[in-house]
Amino acid sequence: MGVPGNMEFFIDPSRCIGCQACVQACSECDTHKGHAMIHLEYIDRSLSTQTAPVVCMHCDIPTCAEVCPADAIKRTADGVVQSARKPRCIACSNCVMACPFGVPKMQVEMELMMKCDMCYDRTSAGLKPMCATVCPSQALFFGTREELAELRPRSRPANTFHFGNQTITTKVNMLVPKGGGAASVNVIDAFDEEPVGMSISIDPLLAGMYVEDQRNAS
Amino acid sequence: MATIPKRTSDVIDHFGPHVAYAHGKRLDAGAQAECLVKTHCCFCGQQCGIQLKVKDNTVIGFEPWTEFPFNRGKLCPKGVKRYLQGSHPDRLATALARSESAPGGFASIAYRDAISRVAAEIERIQSAHGNDAFAVLSGASLTTEKAYLMGKFAHMCLRTSNIDYNGRLCMVSAGAANKKAFGIDRAANPWEDIPRADVVWISGANIAECAPITTDYVWQARENGAQIIVVDPRVTPIARTCDLFLPVKPGRDIALFNGILHLMIENGWVDQLFVDRYTTGLDAVAEHVQQWTPKRTAEVTGIAETHIRRAAEIWGTARRSFLLHARGIEHHSHGVQNVLGAINIVLASGRIGRPGCGYATITGQANGQGGREHGQKCDQLPGGRDLGNPDHRAHVASVWGIEPESLPQPGVDAYEIFRKIERGEIRGLLSICFNPVVSLPDNNYVRRMLEKLEFYGAIDFFLNETARHANIVLPGSLHEEDEGTVTQAEGRVIKINKAVEPPGDARQDWRIIQDIAAALGRERGFTFTEPREIFDELRAASRGGVCDYYGITYEKIENRLGVFWPCPELEHEGTPRLFEPGSWNPIARGSGPFYFPDGRARFNVAAYSPPAEDVDEEYPIILTTGRVVSQFLSGTQTRRIGPLVDQYSEPRVEIHPTLAARLGIRDGAWTRVRSRRGECTLRAMVVNTIRPDTVFIPYHWPDARSANQLTIAAQDPISKIPEYKVCAVRLCPAESEPAYVREETKR
Repeated sequence: MGVPGNMEFFIDPSRCIGCQACVQACSECDTHKGHAMIHLEYIDRSLSTQTAPVVCMHCDIPTCAEVCPADAIKRTADGVVQSARKPRCIACSNCVMACPFGVPKMQVEMELMMKCDMCYDRTSAGLKPMCATVCPSQALFFGTREELAELRPRSRPANTFHFGNQTITTKVNMLVPKGGGAASVNVIDAFDEEPVGMSISIDPLLAGMYVEDQRNAS
Repeated sequence: MATIPKRTSDVIDHFGPHVAYAHGKRLDAGAQAECLVKTHCCFCGQQCGIQLKVKDNTVIGFEPWTEFPFNRGKLCPKGVKRYLQGSHPDRLATALARSESAPGGFASIAYRDAISRVAAEIERIQSAHGNDAFAVLSGASLTTEKAYLMGKFAHMCLRTSNIDYNGRLCMVSAGAANKKAFGIDRAANPWEDIPRADVVWISGANIAECAPITTDYVWQARENGAQIIVVDPRVTPIARTCDLFLPVKPGRDIALFNGILHLMIENGWVDQLFVDRYTTGLDAVAEHVQQWTPKRTAEVTGIAETHIRRAAEIWGTARRSFLLHARGIEHHSHGVQNVLGAINIVLASGRIGRPGCGYATITGQANGQGGREHGQKCDQLPGGRDLGNPDHRAHVASVWGIEPESLPQPGVDAYEIFRKIERGEIRGLLSICFNPVVSLPDNNYVRRMLEKLEFYGAIDFFLNETARHANIVLPGSLHEEDEGTVTQAEGRVIKINKAVEPPGDARQDWRIIQDIAAALGRERGFTFTEPREIFDELRAASRGGVCDYYGITYEKIENRLGVFWPCPELEHEGTPRLFEPGSWNPIARGSGPFYFPDGRARFNVAAYSPPAEDVDEEYPIILTTGRVVSQFLSGTQTRRIGPLVDQYSEPRVEIHPTLAARLGIRDGAWTRVRSRRGECTLRAMVVNTIRPDTVFIPYHWPDARSANQLTIAAQDPISKIPEYKVCAVRLCPAESEPAYVREETKR
C-alpha cells in the first residue's frame, strides 16, 4: 500500500507564520522520533518575519538518488523518495550536496542521511503527514487538487523548477500566484542582483507611518 | 516572612525549571499507546482538540484530533510538545514546607499536615484580623468547575471579599467594554464567520504567535477575497502579507477608532437603519469624534493619513466584516476605552449578529472565558452575576444554602490585593494557578509584598517563581490529571478528559480546596466527589443569569463536540452566534438583540488620553511587551519543555535599526533597558519590523530576565487591567554581559 494517488502535498510560503509547529511535530513522527526532517528558516529576520518551510519535494527523477554511490535512496512506485536505507548508506553526503532544494540532512552520529519521507507510515495508511496536519496556517496542505482548487482560488500549484540547465519536476507542489511560469533559480542571475535583502526598498512599516513621527524618531 | 529561603540557584537546582526532552518510551518508535484520550491543549484560549497517547500512566505523545471542529487537528508548537509537561523531573509529588536546612529550601511533609497548617493559618489570621485579611488568588487556566469552586470557597467558606484571578491581566478590559456596549461578555461570533467576511480588521492581536490556529481562518478569508487590515506597532507574521498595515504608536488605538468613525460618518458609511433600530447613543459619540479629523488622527496615532483614509474606506464600504482584537488594545490604562472605540466602529457598520458579520476579542488564557464567568473575579458570582446585586446574591445564596447576608461584599483586583498587603490589610494568601512575580507589572514591588505576608500557601504542580515564597506548597494537578469543562475563545463549552493519575501525594486541585474546607470544619458545600457534581451545581447557580449553562451537560458536550453558551434548557441547542433575531436573551426578553432591557446596544464615547507614563527626555523610548509562539504566559510549564525552550531560549529586545544605530547597539549585543521601576539587560534583536520609537520584550521569564521589572502598575480605572503595553524606558549598550549570565555560566 502506498500514498493514494489523488492526495498531494502543497506548500504556500505566503501563509507561513514561522511558528515551527511543523518542525516540532515532525520530530514526533514514529519513524524518526526526536529528529525533525523539515526545514524552516527566516529569509532575513532583520528585514521581515518571512519564513520558508521546506519538505522533501519528492522529485520525479531524484538528484539525491542519482548521485548516491551506494544506491541507498529509493523512490517507491507512489512517487515518494524514501529516506536513505540504513544498511546501504555510507554517509558520504553526496545527496546532501547535490539536492537542489537542500533537503537531506547527514546525521553524523548515526552515519545516516535522513530526510522527509512524506510521513510514509502515516500517508500510506490513509493519514496526512504530521506537519501538514498540525500546520496552523495551512502553509503546508495535504489534500486533493479538487479541495485545493476550492480552498485556494488565488493560487496555482507549480511542480516544475529550473536550476540552471537542470529541469526538475516534483511530486510536491509549491503554490504560486495564478499566472507566471515555472520558477527559475540560476546562480548566474544572481551576479547582477543586489545582495539579498538590500533590494527591498519599501519598508512596510515606514510606509504606513506618519512623516512627522518618522522625523521625530530619526 | 515569605522570603525565598535559599539562594535562587539552590531553589532552581532542586525544583527547576529543568528542561525535559522526549526519552525512554516517549522516544521509542515501537511503543504502543494503551489508549488515546480525546481532550484539549492546556495552553491558550483557543483550546485546540488533541488526543493524548497514554502508556503506563504516562502521556507518551500525541495524535492530532482531526474531527474536533475548531482546529481539525491543527496545533501550534506548544500543543505539539505539551505532553512533555507530564512525568517531569520538577513535578511536585509531595506537599512542601519551607525549611532553611532542607536542600532547595523546602522539605517534603505529609499532605495531611500541610492541609492542617494551611487551615490553622487561615483560622489564626482571620480570627485576629478579620475574614478579609486572608486573600485568594486564582487563575483562568483552571477548569470552570475549579474556577467556580474557588469563588465559592472564598465567598462561602472563607467569607473573604478578597479573591481575584489572573484573568485580571488578560480579558477584563474586553469583558468590561462588552458588558457596557452589548450587556454580555462573550465573542459575538464563532470563528467560522471569519472566512465569510469581506474585511478582517485585526487590532493589537499577534495572531500568528498568540492564537496561531486563528491564522488559517484569516488566510481563508483572504482566499475568499477578503482584505486584511492589521493594526500593530510591529510587523507581526500575520501583518507581513496583510492588505493594509497600520503601524500604530502604542497606546493610541482609541484615536484611530475615533478617526475611522469620523470618516464613516463624513462619508455616509454608517448603517443608519441598524443604528436607529438596534442601538442608542450614536449622537453623542458622533459629536465626540468630530475632533478626530484624519490629520489629528495621524498626528496622534503616528499612522500616515492616507492609510487612515484607506482603512476607513475599506471598513466603511464592506458588506461583511469581522473585527478581532486582543491584549494589544486591552493592556492599557484606558483599555476599556480602546475596546469601546473598536465596538463603536462595529456598531456603526451594522455588521454584527449575522453570518460573516462579527466581532470578538481573542481570549488569551486556557479558560479565559469560562474562568471569568462563575465567581472567582472579585465582584462576581456564578452565571456572570454581580456580587453587589441583591437579587443575584439571593439566587446564588439559595443554591449554596446560605443566607445572602453571609456573602461578603465585592473585593479588590489582583494588583490591589498586593497594595492591601502593603497596608497590612491582608496578611495571609492562598494562590493557585497564578505566578504574579513573573506576570504582574513592576514585579519587584510584588516580590516585596510577598515577603511581607505572615503566611502564604501555594497550590501548584511545579514550584513556580512565586511559590518559592510560600510557607506551604500543596501539590496540585496537571491539566491531564483531572476532568472538567472549559469555555474557549468562541464561547464553546468543551470537555477536558483525564488521561493519567497525579503522582505521589499530588491530587486534583478541587480535592485540595475541599480538604482545606474540611480542616477548617466548614465542609458543608464542599463535599463533591467528582467534577461532574460541581458542574451540575454550577449549572443551577448560573441558571437565569446571562452566562446560562443550565442546558449543558457532559454528555451533550461530548456528543456535539462542544456547546456554545447561553444554553438555558436541556433541549436548547446552544448559541454559537449572539445577537441573532429570536436568540435567547433573558434581559431583553424579545425587545431586541442586545442584552439590555430595551434590547439595544450602546455606543459609548471613547475619550482619548495618553498612556499613564508617556515618554520624556529622561525615558524617551516606548516599551511594549507581549508573547512569543513557543512560550506561554509566565512560562511555568513552557520553560520546562526542552524543545520549546530551544525554539526561543531567552528574551531579546526588538529594536528598529534606526534607533539601534542612534544608540550604538548592534544585533545580538547586550543591551540595558531601564525604566523608573527597574532595569533588565538582554540581547538586542535589531529588526525593521518594529516602530523606531518603540522596543518590544516578551515577558515569559523570571528574575533578571523579567520584562515586568520595567513595566508600570498603572491600571485601567474600570477593568483594573495593568498597562503592559506602554511604559517609558531608556536604552544603552551594556558594558559587558550581565551578572546573571556570568553566574549561570559558572554553575
